[in-house]
Amino acid sequence: MKRQKVLLLWSLVYVIYGFIFCYLPLAGWLMAFENYKPKDGFFHSQFIGLGKFKQLFVDDGFLRVIRNTLAMGVINLVVTFVAAIVFAILLNELKSQGGKKVVQTISYLPHFLSWIIVTGILHDALSGTGIVNDLLLRFHLLKEPLNFFAHPKYFWGIVAFANVWKETGWNAIIYLAAIVAIDTNLYEAAAIDGAGRWARIRYITLPGIKPTIIILLLMNAGNVLNAGFEVQYLLGNGLVQSVSQTIDIYVLKWGISQGDYSLGTAAGVFKSVVSIVIILIANGMAKRAGEERLF
Amino acid sequence: MKRATTRKKTSVGEKVFVFLNGFFMILFVIITLYPVWNTLVISLNNGTDSLRGGLYLWPRMWTLKNFNTVLHKKNLLVGAYVTVARTIIGTLMALGANAILAYIVSRKRFLFKRQLSLFWVITMYVNGGLIPTFLLFKGLGLTNNFLVYIIPGMISAFYMLVIRTFMVGIPDSFEESAQLDGAGDVVIFTKIISPLCKPVYATVALFCAVGHWNSWFDAMLYNRMNSNLTTLQYELMKLLSSVTNQSTSVESMKNAVGTVTPTSVRAAATILTMLPIVCLYPFLQRYFVTGLTIGGVKE
Repeated sequence: MKRQKVLLLWSLVYVIYGFIFCYLPLAGWLMAFENYKPKDGFFHSQFIGLGKFKQLFVDDGFLRVIRNTLAMGVINLVVTFVAAIVFAILLNELKSQGGKKVVQTISYLPHFLSWIIVTGILHDALSGTGIVNDLLLRFHLLKEPLNFFAHPKYFWGIVAFANVWKETGWNAIIYLAAIVAIDTNLYEAAAIDGAGRWARIRYITLPGIKPTIIILLLMNAGNVLNAGFEVQYLLGNGLVQSVSQTIDIYVLKWGISQGDYSLGTAAGVFKSVVSIVIILIANGMAKRAGEERLF
Repeated sequence: MKRATTRKKTSVGEKVFVFLNGFFMILFVIITLYPVWNTLVISLNNGTDSLRGGLYLWPRMWTLKNFNTVLHKKNLLVGAYVTVARTIIGTLMALGANAILAYIVSRKRFLFKRQLSLFWVITMYVNGGLIPTFLLFKGLGLTNNFLVYIIPGMISAFYMLVIRTFMVGIPDSFEESAQLDGAGDVVIFTKIISPLCKPVYATVALFCAVGHWNSWFDAMLYNRMNSNLTTLQYELMKLLSSVTNQSTSVESMKNAVGTVTPTSVRAAATILTMLPIVCLYPFLQRYFVTGLTIGGVKE
Protein backbone atom coordinates (compact mmCIF):
# COMPACT_ATOMS: atom_id res chain seq x y z
CA MET A 1 0.00 0.00 0.00
CA LYS A 2 2.81 2.35 0.87
CA ARG A 3 4.15 2.16 -2.64
CA GLN A 4 0.90 3.62 -3.98
CA LYS A 5 1.20 7.01 -2.34
CA VAL A 6 3.39 8.80 -4.86
CA LEU A 7 1.59 7.27 -7.82
CA LEU A 8 -1.78 8.24 -6.34
CA LEU A 9 -0.63 11.79 -5.78
CA TRP A 10 0.63 12.10 -9.35
CA SER A 11 -2.56 10.54 -10.71
CA LEU A 12 -4.57 13.12 -8.87
CA VAL A 13 -2.84 15.91 -10.82
CA TYR A 14 -3.67 14.15 -14.08
CA VAL A 15 -7.28 13.58 -13.10
CA ILE A 16 -7.74 17.24 -12.20
CA TYR A 17 -6.06 18.36 -15.41
CA GLY A 18 -8.09 15.93 -17.52
CA PHE A 19 -11.27 16.90 -15.78
CA ILE A 20 -10.75 20.58 -16.57
CA PHE A 21 -9.51 20.34 -20.14
CA CYS A 22 -11.26 17.23 -21.45
CA TYR A 23 -14.37 16.58 -19.39
CA LEU A 24 -15.51 20.06 -18.38
CA PRO A 25 -16.16 21.07 -22.02
CA LEU A 26 -18.59 18.13 -22.18
CA ALA A 27 -20.74 19.95 -19.63
CA GLY A 28 -20.90 22.70 -22.22
CA TRP A 29 -23.17 20.45 -24.27
CA LEU A 30 -25.91 21.80 -22.04
CA MET A 31 -25.71 24.96 -24.16
CA ALA A 32 -27.11 23.03 -27.11
CA PHE A 33 -30.37 22.76 -25.19
CA GLU A 34 -30.45 26.38 -24.10
CA ASN A 35 -30.79 29.72 -25.73
CA TYR A 36 -27.39 30.63 -24.37
CA LYS A 37 -26.72 34.31 -23.78
CA PRO A 38 -23.31 35.29 -22.40
CA LYS A 39 -24.91 37.87 -20.11
CA ASP A 40 -27.21 35.27 -18.52
CA GLY A 41 -24.39 32.81 -18.23
CA PHE A 42 -24.43 29.11 -18.31
CA PHE A 43 -26.93 28.49 -15.52
CA HIS A 44 -29.49 31.19 -16.15
CA SER A 45 -29.93 31.01 -19.90
CA GLN A 46 -33.37 29.97 -21.08
CA PHE A 47 -33.78 26.19 -21.48
CA ILE A 48 -35.36 25.37 -24.82
CA GLY A 49 -34.94 21.60 -25.15
CA LEU A 50 -34.42 20.45 -28.71
CA GLY A 51 -35.20 23.83 -30.25
CA LYS A 52 -31.71 24.40 -31.62
CA PHE A 53 -31.60 20.94 -33.14
CA LYS A 54 -34.93 21.60 -34.87
CA GLN A 55 -33.49 24.85 -36.17
CA LEU A 56 -30.52 22.92 -37.54
CA PHE A 57 -32.55 20.33 -39.36
CA VAL A 58 -34.85 22.75 -41.11
CA ASP A 59 -31.82 24.68 -42.32
CA ASP A 60 -30.96 23.63 -45.87
CA GLY A 61 -27.47 24.97 -45.24
CA PHE A 62 -26.91 22.46 -42.43
CA LEU A 63 -28.26 19.52 -44.41
CA ARG A 64 -25.90 20.43 -47.22
CA VAL A 65 -23.06 20.66 -44.74
CA ILE A 66 -23.81 17.14 -43.47
CA ARG A 67 -23.81 15.85 -47.02
CA ASN A 68 -20.48 17.54 -47.75
CA THR A 69 -18.87 16.23 -44.58
CA LEU A 70 -20.03 12.67 -45.15
CA ALA A 71 -19.18 12.66 -48.84
CA MET A 72 -15.69 14.08 -48.40
CA GLY A 73 -15.09 11.93 -45.32
CA VAL A 74 -15.97 8.72 -47.16
CA ILE A 75 -14.18 9.67 -50.38
CA ASN A 76 -11.02 10.62 -48.48
CA LEU A 77 -11.14 7.50 -46.34
CA VAL A 78 -11.47 5.15 -49.31
CA VAL A 79 -9.03 6.94 -51.58
CA THR A 80 -6.26 7.42 -49.00
CA PHE A 81 -6.65 3.82 -47.86
CA VAL A 82 -6.38 2.32 -51.30
CA ALA A 83 -3.51 4.63 -52.23
CA ALA A 84 -1.50 3.71 -49.12
CA ILE A 85 -2.02 -0.04 -49.55
CA VAL A 86 -1.20 0.00 -53.27
CA PHE A 87 1.85 2.15 -52.65
CA ALA A 88 3.09 -0.10 -49.84
CA ILE A 89 2.70 -3.24 -51.94
CA LEU A 90 4.35 -1.77 -55.02
CA LEU A 91 7.18 -0.28 -53.00
CA ASN A 92 7.78 -3.67 -51.41
CA GLU A 93 8.05 -5.24 -54.86
CA LEU A 94 10.87 -2.87 -55.78
CA LYS A 95 14.02 -4.96 -56.08
CA SER A 96 16.63 -2.33 -55.35
CA GLN A 97 16.96 -1.81 -51.58
CA GLY A 98 18.55 1.59 -52.08
CA GLY A 99 15.77 2.72 -54.39
CA LYS A 100 13.20 1.54 -51.87
CA LYS A 101 14.83 3.59 -49.13
CA VAL A 102 15.04 6.74 -51.24
CA VAL A 103 11.45 6.53 -52.48
CA GLN A 104 10.18 5.90 -48.97
CA THR A 105 12.08 8.80 -47.47
CA ILE A 106 10.74 11.15 -50.12
CA SER A 107 7.23 9.80 -49.66
CA TYR A 108 7.14 10.97 -46.01
CA LEU A 109 7.97 14.56 -46.82
CA PRO A 110 4.46 15.94 -47.46
CA HIS A 111 3.20 14.56 -44.16
CA PHE A 112 5.47 16.95 -42.29
CA LEU A 113 4.30 20.02 -44.17
CA SER A 114 1.41 21.97 -42.74
CA TRP A 115 -1.92 22.21 -44.52
CA ILE A 116 -1.20 25.90 -44.97
CA ILE A 117 1.82 25.05 -47.09
CA VAL A 118 0.13 22.19 -48.92
CA THR A 119 -2.93 24.23 -49.85
CA GLY A 120 -0.67 27.11 -50.89
CA ILE A 121 1.26 24.81 -53.20
CA LEU A 122 -1.99 23.42 -54.58
CA HIS A 123 -3.25 26.91 -55.31
CA ASP A 124 -0.09 27.61 -57.29
CA ALA A 125 -0.21 24.32 -59.20
CA LEU A 126 -3.87 24.72 -60.15
CA SER A 127 -3.82 28.45 -60.84
CA GLY A 128 -4.34 29.89 -64.34
CA THR A 129 -0.60 30.01 -64.98
CA GLY A 130 0.20 26.88 -62.97
CA ILE A 131 1.71 23.62 -64.11
CA VAL A 132 -1.57 21.69 -64.37
CA ASN A 133 -3.20 24.16 -66.72
CA ASP A 134 0.01 24.44 -68.68
CA LEU A 135 0.24 20.69 -69.20
CA LEU A 136 -3.42 20.39 -70.11
CA LEU A 137 -3.07 23.19 -72.66
CA ARG A 138 0.10 21.74 -74.09
CA PHE A 139 -1.54 18.37 -74.67
CA HIS A 140 -4.62 20.12 -76.08
CA LEU A 141 -6.89 18.70 -73.42
CA LEU A 142 -8.08 22.23 -72.70
CA LYS A 143 -8.61 25.20 -74.97
CA GLU A 144 -8.11 27.88 -72.36
CA PRO A 145 -6.86 27.90 -68.75
CA LEU A 146 -9.38 26.60 -66.26
CA ASN A 147 -9.83 28.06 -62.79
CA PHE A 148 -10.26 24.83 -60.85
CA PHE A 149 -11.29 26.57 -57.66
CA ALA A 150 -14.23 28.33 -59.29
CA HIS A 151 -16.20 25.16 -60.11
CA PRO A 152 -17.97 23.15 -57.40
CA LYS A 153 -17.65 19.93 -59.41
CA TYR A 154 -13.86 19.78 -58.94
CA PHE A 155 -13.71 20.58 -55.24
CA TRP A 156 -14.16 17.12 -53.69
CA GLY A 157 -11.66 15.67 -56.12
CA ILE A 158 -9.11 18.35 -55.26
CA VAL A 159 -9.56 17.70 -51.55
CA ALA A 160 -9.17 13.95 -52.08
CA PHE A 161 -6.03 14.50 -54.14
CA ALA A 162 -4.60 16.82 -51.50
CA ASN A 163 -5.12 14.13 -48.87
CA VAL A 164 -3.57 11.44 -51.03
CA TRP A 165 -0.58 13.64 -51.84
CA LYS A 166 0.03 14.52 -48.22
CA GLU A 167 -0.55 11.20 -46.47
CA THR A 168 0.08 8.26 -48.81
CA GLY A 169 3.73 7.73 -47.86
CA TRP A 170 3.02 8.19 -44.20
CA ASN A 171 0.04 5.84 -44.12
CA ALA A 172 2.03 3.23 -46.02
CA ILE A 173 4.58 2.94 -43.17
CA ILE A 174 2.35 0.71 -41.14
CA TYR A 175 1.47 -1.55 -44.09
CA LEU A 176 5.11 -1.88 -45.02
CA ALA A 177 5.87 -2.94 -41.46
CA ALA A 178 3.07 -5.52 -41.72
CA ILE A 179 4.35 -6.79 -45.08
CA VAL A 180 7.88 -7.18 -43.74
CA ALA A 181 6.48 -9.27 -40.89
CA ILE A 182 5.02 -11.84 -43.32
CA ASP A 183 6.95 -15.13 -43.31
CA THR A 184 9.26 -15.09 -46.34
CA ASN A 185 9.00 -18.90 -46.58
CA LEU A 186 5.48 -18.42 -47.88
CA TYR A 187 6.76 -16.44 -50.84
CA GLU A 188 9.49 -18.97 -51.57
CA ALA A 189 7.07 -21.86 -51.42
CA ALA A 190 4.65 -20.04 -53.70
CA ALA A 191 7.42 -19.20 -56.16
CA ILE A 192 8.41 -22.88 -56.33
CA ASP A 193 4.80 -23.76 -57.02
CA GLY A 194 4.94 -21.38 -59.94
CA ALA A 195 2.96 -18.52 -58.48
CA GLY A 196 3.64 -15.30 -60.36
CA ARG A 197 3.95 -11.88 -58.84
CA TRP A 198 0.25 -11.08 -58.98
CA ALA A 199 -0.67 -14.40 -57.43
CA ARG A 200 1.80 -13.81 -54.59
CA ILE A 201 0.39 -10.34 -53.94
CA ARG A 202 -3.16 -11.59 -54.19
CA TYR A 203 -2.82 -14.73 -52.04
CA ILE A 204 0.00 -13.94 -49.61
CA THR A 205 0.62 -10.21 -49.17
CA LEU A 206 -2.98 -9.05 -49.07
CA PRO A 207 -4.22 -11.73 -46.65
CA GLY A 208 -1.08 -11.10 -44.58
CA ILE A 209 -1.89 -7.46 -44.03
CA LYS A 210 -5.64 -7.95 -43.72
CA PRO A 211 -5.72 -7.62 -39.91
CA THR A 212 -3.79 -4.35 -40.14
CA ILE A 213 -6.14 -3.05 -42.79
CA ILE A 214 -9.18 -3.86 -40.71
CA ILE A 215 -7.83 -2.31 -37.52
CA LEU A 216 -6.89 0.88 -39.32
CA LEU A 217 -10.20 1.00 -41.16
CA LEU A 218 -11.96 0.72 -37.80
CA MET A 219 -9.86 3.43 -36.24
CA ASN A 220 -10.46 5.75 -39.15
CA ALA A 221 -14.14 5.04 -39.64
CA GLY A 222 -14.90 6.94 -36.45
CA ASN A 223 -13.04 9.89 -37.86
CA VAL A 224 -15.11 10.16 -41.02
CA LEU A 225 -16.90 13.23 -39.69
CA ASN A 226 -13.66 14.70 -38.35
CA ALA A 227 -11.94 14.57 -41.69
CA GLY A 228 -13.14 17.94 -42.72
CA PHE A 229 -11.78 21.15 -41.46
CA GLU A 230 -8.38 22.45 -42.41
CA VAL A 231 -8.28 21.61 -46.12
CA GLN A 232 -11.83 22.72 -46.77
CA TYR A 233 -11.39 25.89 -44.75
CA LEU A 234 -8.17 26.79 -46.53
CA LEU A 235 -9.19 25.79 -50.06
CA GLY A 236 -12.82 26.87 -49.97
CA ASN A 237 -14.01 30.17 -51.37
CA GLY A 238 -17.30 31.90 -52.06
CA LEU A 239 -17.75 30.21 -55.42
CA VAL A 240 -17.61 26.66 -54.10
CA GLN A 241 -19.00 27.05 -50.60
CA SER A 242 -22.05 24.93 -51.40
CA VAL A 243 -19.76 21.89 -51.62
CA SER A 244 -16.81 22.97 -49.46
CA GLN A 245 -18.40 23.72 -46.10
CA THR A 246 -18.30 20.97 -43.50
CA ILE A 247 -19.84 20.60 -40.06
CA ASP A 248 -16.72 21.98 -38.39
CA ILE A 249 -16.72 25.05 -40.60
CA TYR A 250 -20.43 25.50 -39.91
CA VAL A 251 -19.72 25.39 -36.16
CA LEU A 252 -16.96 27.95 -36.55
CA LYS A 253 -19.09 30.19 -38.71
CA TRP A 254 -22.23 30.17 -36.58
CA GLY A 255 -20.71 29.60 -33.19
CA ILE A 256 -17.70 31.88 -33.24
CA SER A 257 -18.20 34.40 -36.04
CA GLN A 258 -21.96 34.89 -35.63
CA GLY A 259 -21.91 34.37 -31.88
CA ASP A 260 -24.79 31.84 -31.81
CA TYR A 261 -23.04 29.60 -29.29
CA SER A 262 -26.07 27.36 -28.81
CA LEU A 263 -26.51 26.60 -32.49
CA GLY A 264 -22.79 25.93 -32.92
CA THR A 265 -22.76 23.63 -29.91
CA ALA A 266 -25.83 21.75 -31.16
CA ALA A 267 -24.10 21.09 -34.49
CA GLY A 268 -20.99 19.94 -32.62
CA VAL A 269 -23.00 17.63 -30.35
CA PHE A 270 -24.71 16.12 -33.38
CA LYS A 271 -21.34 15.41 -34.95
CA SER A 272 -19.88 13.85 -31.79
CA VAL A 273 -22.87 11.60 -31.21
CA VAL A 274 -22.92 10.36 -34.80
CA SER A 275 -19.15 9.72 -34.65
CA ILE A 276 -19.51 7.60 -31.52
CA VAL A 277 -22.36 5.63 -33.10
CA ILE A 278 -20.22 4.98 -36.19
CA ILE A 279 -17.33 3.74 -34.02
CA LEU A 280 -19.62 1.39 -32.10
CA ILE A 281 -21.17 0.03 -35.30
CA ALA A 282 -17.77 -0.49 -36.91
CA ASN A 283 -16.55 -2.24 -33.79
CA GLY A 284 -19.63 -4.44 -33.66
CA MET A 285 -19.25 -5.40 -37.30
CA ALA A 286 -15.64 -6.38 -36.76
CA LYS A 287 -16.65 -8.44 -33.76
CA ARG A 288 -19.29 -10.30 -35.74
CA ALA A 289 -16.86 -10.96 -38.58
CA GLY A 290 -14.50 -12.49 -36.02
CA GLU A 291 -11.85 -9.88 -36.67
CA GLU A 292 -9.76 -7.89 -34.28
CA ARG A 293 -11.55 -5.11 -32.49
CA LEU A 294 -10.69 -1.76 -31.05
CA PHE A 295 -12.19 -2.49 -27.65
CA MET B 1 25.97 -20.46 -68.46
CA LYS B 2 22.86 -22.52 -68.08
CA ARG B 3 21.95 -20.74 -64.88
CA ALA B 4 22.17 -17.40 -66.55
CA THR B 5 19.72 -18.43 -69.25
CA THR B 6 17.17 -19.75 -66.77
CA ARG B 7 17.38 -16.56 -64.80
CA LYS B 8 16.79 -14.54 -67.93
CA LYS B 9 13.74 -16.59 -68.75
CA THR B 10 11.52 -14.49 -66.53
CA SER B 11 8.12 -14.20 -68.12
CA VAL B 12 7.06 -11.23 -70.18
CA GLY B 13 4.46 -10.33 -67.57
CA GLU B 14 7.17 -10.19 -64.94
CA LYS B 15 9.25 -7.81 -67.05
CA VAL B 16 6.29 -5.57 -67.76
CA PHE B 17 5.53 -5.47 -64.06
CA VAL B 18 9.06 -4.49 -63.08
CA PHE B 19 9.13 -1.81 -65.75
CA LEU B 20 5.73 -0.36 -64.88
CA ASN B 21 6.49 -0.46 -61.18
CA GLY B 22 9.73 1.44 -61.65
CA PHE B 23 7.94 3.94 -63.86
CA PHE B 24 5.22 4.37 -61.26
CA MET B 25 7.73 4.97 -58.48
CA ILE B 26 9.54 7.63 -60.51
CA LEU B 27 6.22 9.31 -61.26
CA PHE B 28 5.36 9.19 -57.56
CA VAL B 29 8.64 10.83 -56.61
CA ILE B 30 8.19 13.56 -59.23
CA ILE B 31 4.64 14.34 -58.12
CA THR B 32 5.81 14.49 -54.50
CA LEU B 33 8.88 16.63 -55.02
CA TYR B 34 7.97 18.83 -57.95
CA PRO B 35 5.57 21.22 -56.15
CA VAL B 36 8.17 21.83 -53.45
CA TRP B 37 10.88 22.35 -56.05
CA ASN B 38 8.69 24.74 -58.01
CA THR B 39 8.06 26.80 -54.88
CA LEU B 40 11.81 27.02 -54.40
CA VAL B 41 12.24 28.17 -58.00
CA ILE B 42 9.60 30.90 -57.60
CA SER B 43 11.16 32.04 -54.34
CA LEU B 44 14.52 32.53 -56.06
CA ASN B 45 13.12 34.26 -59.13
CA ASN B 46 12.39 37.93 -59.71
CA GLY B 47 8.78 38.45 -58.55
CA THR B 48 7.48 40.52 -61.46
CA ASP B 49 9.12 38.16 -63.91
CA SER B 50 7.37 35.19 -62.26
CA LEU B 51 4.00 36.69 -63.15
CA ARG B 52 4.70 35.97 -66.82
CA GLY B 53 4.33 32.29 -65.93
CA GLY B 54 6.17 29.42 -67.53
CA LEU B 55 8.53 29.11 -64.59
CA TYR B 56 9.05 25.43 -63.88
CA LEU B 57 12.42 23.90 -63.31
CA TRP B 58 14.94 26.69 -62.96
CA PRO B 59 14.81 30.40 -62.03
CA ARG B 60 14.95 32.79 -64.99
CA MET B 61 16.05 35.88 -63.12
CA TRP B 62 17.87 34.97 -59.96
CA THR B 63 17.31 37.14 -56.92
CA LEU B 64 17.45 36.92 -53.14
CA LYS B 65 15.15 39.93 -52.76
CA ASN B 66 12.16 37.73 -51.87
CA PHE B 67 14.01 36.24 -48.94
CA ASN B 68 15.33 39.63 -47.99
CA THR B 69 11.76 40.99 -47.90
CA VAL B 70 10.58 38.09 -45.75
CA LEU B 71 13.39 38.60 -43.27
CA HIS B 72 12.40 42.24 -42.89
CA LYS B 73 8.72 41.62 -42.28
CA LYS B 74 8.06 42.21 -38.61
CA ASN B 75 4.98 39.97 -38.36
CA LEU B 76 6.84 37.02 -39.86
CA LEU B 77 9.75 37.51 -37.49
CA VAL B 78 7.45 37.67 -34.48
CA GLY B 79 5.67 34.58 -35.80
CA ALA B 80 8.95 32.74 -36.16
CA TYR B 81 10.02 33.69 -32.65
CA VAL B 82 6.73 32.57 -31.09
CA THR B 83 6.72 29.36 -33.14
CA VAL B 84 10.23 28.42 -32.04
CA ALA B 85 9.33 29.18 -28.43
CA ARG B 86 6.14 27.14 -28.47
CA THR B 87 7.83 24.27 -30.28
CA ILE B 88 10.61 23.98 -27.71
CA ILE B 89 8.59 24.64 -24.56
CA GLY B 90 5.50 22.82 -25.77
CA THR B 91 7.41 19.72 -26.84
CA LEU B 92 9.33 19.45 -23.57
CA MET B 93 6.21 19.94 -21.46
CA ALA B 94 4.16 17.48 -23.49
CA LEU B 95 6.90 14.88 -23.46
CA GLY B 96 7.33 15.14 -19.69
CA ALA B 97 3.61 15.08 -18.99
CA ASN B 98 2.88 12.13 -21.27
CA ALA B 99 5.89 10.19 -20.03
CA ILE B 100 4.95 10.54 -16.36
CA LEU B 101 1.36 9.56 -17.10
CA ALA B 102 2.56 6.55 -19.08
CA TYR B 103 4.85 5.63 -16.18
CA ILE B 104 1.95 5.72 -13.72
CA VAL B 105 -0.39 3.57 -15.80
CA SER B 106 2.33 1.09 -16.70
CA ARG B 107 3.15 0.27 -13.04
CA LYS B 108 1.71 -3.18 -12.32
CA ARG B 109 1.55 -2.42 -8.60
CA PHE B 110 -0.64 0.65 -9.09
CA LEU B 111 -4.22 -0.08 -8.04
CA PHE B 112 -5.99 2.32 -10.40
CA LYS B 113 -3.91 1.80 -13.53
CA ARG B 114 -6.84 0.56 -15.60
CA GLN B 115 -9.19 3.31 -14.46
CA LEU B 116 -6.66 6.05 -15.13
CA SER B 117 -5.91 4.60 -18.57
CA LEU B 118 -9.58 4.46 -19.42
CA PHE B 119 -10.09 8.01 -18.16
CA TRP B 120 -7.65 9.18 -20.84
CA VAL B 121 -8.58 6.76 -23.62
CA ILE B 122 -12.15 8.06 -23.47
CA THR B 123 -10.85 11.53 -24.32
CA MET B 124 -9.66 10.15 -27.65
CA TYR B 125 -13.24 9.49 -28.68
CA VAL B 126 -15.32 12.08 -26.88
CA ASN B 127 -14.65 15.76 -26.52
CA GLY B 128 -16.69 18.86 -25.86
CA GLY B 129 -16.17 20.36 -29.27
CA LEU B 130 -15.14 23.76 -30.48
CA ILE B 131 -17.62 26.10 -28.79
CA PRO B 132 -17.55 24.75 -25.21
CA THR B 133 -13.77 24.50 -25.38
CA PHE B 134 -13.51 28.04 -26.70
CA LEU B 135 -15.71 29.40 -23.92
CA LEU B 136 -13.80 27.43 -21.29
CA PHE B 137 -10.44 28.76 -22.45
CA LYS B 138 -11.87 32.24 -22.52
CA GLY B 139 -13.13 31.78 -18.98
CA LEU B 140 -9.75 30.48 -17.84
CA GLY B 141 -8.02 33.53 -19.29
CA LEU B 142 -6.24 31.49 -21.95
CA THR B 143 -7.20 33.83 -24.78
CA ASN B 144 -4.52 36.32 -25.85
CA ASN B 145 -2.16 34.22 -23.83
CA PHE B 146 0.92 32.29 -24.87
CA LEU B 147 -0.03 29.47 -22.51
CA VAL B 148 -2.94 28.44 -24.74
CA TYR B 149 -0.31 26.91 -27.04
CA ILE B 150 1.25 24.91 -24.23
CA ILE B 151 -1.20 23.87 -21.53
CA PRO B 152 -4.41 22.53 -23.12
CA GLY B 153 -2.83 20.18 -25.65
CA MET B 154 -0.16 18.90 -23.30
CA ILE B 155 -1.55 15.42 -22.80
CA SER B 156 -2.52 13.25 -25.70
CA ALA B 157 -3.95 9.84 -24.95
CA PHE B 158 -2.40 8.53 -28.14
CA TYR B 159 1.15 9.54 -27.21
CA MET B 160 0.58 8.26 -23.70
CA LEU B 161 -0.42 4.86 -25.13
CA VAL B 162 2.63 4.77 -27.37
CA ILE B 163 4.97 5.40 -24.43
CA ARG B 164 3.03 3.02 -22.19
CA THR B 165 3.30 0.19 -24.71
CA PHE B 166 7.05 0.70 -24.71
CA MET B 167 7.30 0.87 -20.91
CA VAL B 168 5.25 -2.28 -20.45
CA GLY B 169 7.91 -4.08 -22.46
CA ILE B 170 10.61 -3.22 -19.91
CA PRO B 171 11.16 -6.20 -17.56
CA ASP B 172 9.93 -5.73 -13.98
CA SER B 173 13.29 -6.79 -12.62
CA PHE B 174 14.73 -3.33 -13.37
CA GLU B 175 12.21 -1.68 -11.11
CA GLU B 176 12.36 -4.38 -8.45
CA SER B 177 16.10 -4.23 -7.99
CA ALA B 178 15.96 -0.45 -7.75
CA GLN B 179 13.26 -0.75 -5.12
CA LEU B 180 15.44 -3.10 -3.08
CA ASP B 181 18.02 -0.33 -3.09
CA GLY B 182 15.38 1.96 -1.64
CA ALA B 183 14.60 3.96 -4.75
CA GLY B 184 11.27 5.79 -4.86
CA ASP B 185 9.12 6.54 -7.90
CA VAL B 186 10.97 9.74 -8.76
CA VAL B 187 14.28 7.88 -8.96
CA ILE B 188 12.81 4.87 -10.76
CA PHE B 189 11.17 7.11 -13.35
CA THR B 190 14.10 9.43 -13.99
CA LYS B 191 17.07 7.10 -13.49
CA ILE B 192 15.81 3.64 -14.47
CA ILE B 193 12.84 3.80 -16.83
CA SER B 194 13.41 7.03 -18.75
CA PRO B 195 16.92 6.23 -19.99
CA LEU B 196 15.56 2.97 -21.44
CA CYS B 197 12.73 4.85 -23.15
CA LYS B 198 14.92 7.20 -25.18
CA PRO B 199 13.78 5.87 -28.58
CA VAL B 200 10.09 6.21 -27.82
CA TYR B 201 10.64 9.62 -26.19
CA ALA B 202 12.36 10.73 -29.39
CA THR B 203 9.37 9.54 -31.40
CA VAL B 204 6.83 11.38 -29.30
CA ALA B 205 8.99 14.51 -29.13
CA LEU B 206 9.22 14.49 -32.91
CA PHE B 207 5.46 14.18 -33.35
CA CYS B 208 4.83 16.96 -30.81
CA ALA B 209 7.41 19.26 -32.35
CA VAL B 210 5.97 18.87 -35.85
CA GLY B 211 2.50 19.50 -34.48
CA HIS B 212 3.60 22.71 -32.78
CA TRP B 213 5.58 23.90 -35.76
CA ASN B 214 2.63 23.42 -38.12
CA SER B 215 -0.28 24.64 -36.02
CA TRP B 216 -2.13 27.81 -36.90
CA PHE B 217 -5.73 27.33 -35.84
CA ASP B 218 -5.11 28.02 -32.16
CA ALA B 219 -3.31 31.23 -33.06
CA MET B 220 -6.26 32.33 -35.18
CA LEU B 221 -8.94 31.30 -32.72
CA TYR B 222 -7.47 32.40 -29.41
CA ASN B 223 -4.71 34.92 -30.03
CA ARG B 224 -5.83 36.81 -33.11
CA MET B 225 -6.12 40.07 -31.18
CA ASN B 226 -2.53 40.01 -30.02
CA SER B 227 -0.09 40.36 -32.89
CA ASN B 228 2.80 39.54 -30.58
CA LEU B 229 1.47 35.99 -30.17
CA THR B 230 1.01 35.14 -33.82
CA THR B 231 2.63 32.02 -35.27
CA LEU B 232 4.56 31.44 -38.46
CA GLN B 233 1.90 29.26 -40.06
CA TYR B 234 -0.84 31.72 -39.25
CA GLU B 235 1.12 34.54 -40.88
CA LEU B 236 1.72 32.28 -43.85
CA MET B 237 -2.00 31.64 -44.07
CA LYS B 238 -2.69 35.39 -44.12
CA LEU B 239 -0.16 35.74 -46.93
CA LEU B 240 -1.92 32.98 -48.84
CA SER B 241 -5.36 34.56 -48.57
CA SER B 242 -3.95 37.94 -49.59
CA VAL B 243 -2.52 36.30 -52.69
CA THR B 244 -5.63 34.38 -53.69
CA ASN B 245 -7.85 37.39 -53.17
CA GLN B 246 -5.94 39.28 -55.81
CA SER B 247 -7.47 37.27 -58.58
CA THR B 248 -5.76 38.81 -61.58
CA SER B 249 -2.09 39.27 -62.02
CA VAL B 250 -2.66 42.88 -63.05
CA GLU B 251 -3.83 43.62 -59.55
CA SER B 252 -0.89 41.94 -57.94
CA MET B 253 1.33 43.81 -60.37
CA LYS B 254 -0.01 47.02 -58.92
CA ASN B 255 0.65 45.86 -55.39
CA ALA B 256 4.11 44.68 -56.22
CA VAL B 257 6.80 46.71 -54.57
CA GLY B 258 9.67 46.91 -57.02
CA THR B 259 10.48 43.40 -58.15
CA VAL B 260 8.77 41.63 -55.27
CA THR B 261 5.19 40.35 -55.48
CA PRO B 262 2.94 38.77 -52.85
CA THR B 263 3.32 35.43 -54.64
CA SER B 264 7.10 35.51 -54.60
CA VAL B 265 7.21 36.62 -50.97
CA ARG B 266 4.88 33.81 -50.01
CA ALA B 267 7.03 31.30 -51.85
CA ALA B 268 10.08 32.53 -49.94
CA ALA B 269 8.22 32.40 -46.62
CA THR B 270 7.00 28.88 -47.43
CA ILE B 271 10.54 27.71 -48.16
CA LEU B 272 11.88 29.21 -44.93
CA THR B 273 9.04 27.64 -42.93
CA MET B 274 9.57 24.16 -44.29
CA LEU B 275 13.35 24.35 -44.22
CA PRO B 276 13.90 23.07 -40.67
CA ILE B 277 11.53 20.16 -41.21
CA VAL B 278 12.92 19.18 -44.60
CA CYS B 279 16.47 19.25 -43.24
CA LEU B 280 15.73 17.25 -40.12
CA TYR B 281 13.16 14.59 -40.94
CA PRO B 282 15.33 12.24 -43.04
CA PHE B 283 17.59 11.76 -40.03
CA LEU B 284 14.75 11.06 -37.63
CA GLN B 285 13.13 8.41 -39.81
CA ARG B 286 13.80 5.40 -37.64
CA TYR B 287 12.17 7.13 -34.68
CA PHE B 288 8.84 7.80 -36.29
CA VAL B 289 8.74 4.46 -38.04
CA THR B 290 9.13 2.61 -34.73
CA GLY B 291 6.71 5.03 -33.07
CA LEU B 292 4.02 4.39 -35.63
CA THR B 293 4.44 0.65 -35.48
CA ILE B 294 4.20 0.68 -31.68
CA GLY B 295 1.23 3.02 -31.84
CA GLY B 296 -0.49 0.83 -34.39
CA VAL B 297 -0.39 -2.13 -32.06
CA LYS B 298 -3.81 -2.94 -30.72
CA GLU B 299 -4.74 -1.10 -27.55
